[in-house]
Amino acid sequence: MDFKSSERATGQQLAGPRSEDVLPETAAAAVKVVIVGGFGVGKTTLVGSVSEIRPLTTEETMTQAGVGVDDTAGVAGKSTTTVAMDFGRISINEKLVLYLFGTPGQERFWFLWRGLFEGALGAVVLVDTRRLEVSFDVLGRLEERGVPFVVAVNTFPDAPNYPLEELRGALDLPASVPIVECDARSRPSSRDVLMTLMRHLHSLAAPTEAP
Amino acid sequence: MTEPSGQEWDEGGPERLYVITGGRSGSSAPTELDLVTLIVATSGPRPGMQPEQADIVRICHRPLSVAEISAHLGLPVSVVTVLLSDLLAEQRVTARPPVPPAQLPDIALIEAVINGLQKL
Repeated sequence: MDFKSSERATGQQLAGPRSEDVLPETAAAAVKVVIVGGFGVGKTTLVGSVSEIRPLTTEETMTQAGVGVDDTAGVAGKSTTTVAMDFGRISINEKLVLYLFGTPGQERFWFLWRGLFEGALGAVVLVDTRRLEVSFDVLGRLEERGVPFVVAVNTFPDAPNYPLEELRGALDLPASVPIVECDARSRPSSRDVLMTLMRHLHSLAAPTEAP
Repeated sequence: MTEPSGQEWDEGGPERLYVITGGRSGSSAPTELDLVTLIVATSGPRPGMQPEQADIVRICHRPLSVAEISAHLGLPVSVVTVLLSDLLAEQRVTARPPVPPAQLPDIALIEAVINGLQKL
């Protein structure tokens, strides 16, 4: 979405980050968390509600060969298509920065950004109870890759409200994987989702400690 | 909007990106750059620099991740990586790599993130 604006006239200055959005010189290293979910599940909303910067978008082009048949409707005859990924940022302290990437659930998109999951602390699988089936594939793929994750159910007002344990059963989620409800529009709620992931990671890193 | 749109970028197209990188693709870039590798410029842009590289040097006067550079420049990460490899080779920028995967999960790191999130 930013590419059109990038076609600026020669000599025009590129805006870059706003002065209030620059990181301190002391920022030494970054970590990342990936928010995975289907279309319209609220990934960008969640990222935006906790991010200290307005969510940014990075895009990659995908050649026709890499595009699945279910997504080519309307782009017939094109040799490339564009896949976007929104992300945000949280400064943890003066040295450490956390980036949140919201990525589509389809694994074939993950390869567009090499290293998206490599080195990620973990993932949040954002789920819409109206379209639970799109989550199955994501959960399996993350397990295969050994990426630790938690499941967050975005509570849309018009979505059916199931008990979490019922959803756990429907998703065939192991008891060890936390599942929580959230309101992706709410900063405290979205922060709590990230806290749930961090506590889960903490328990994985210190398996002998009682939770 | 995070799904494929198939609309943007047509005017620019892959040819434009091919020109910017001198025909190289991200896979040939010798430097391993992550989406969250922080890039810092060592000095301001020099006259005669390729415009995209001058842009990078300018916006990286403070640390900025590869993903943010991509977003601000409106160029794919794969292209930005190639541009950064040249800038790194010429020591126009330095890279601060992310916490290595081998060190994860690290309790101290996770606790630091928890403390940071609590302040939100």
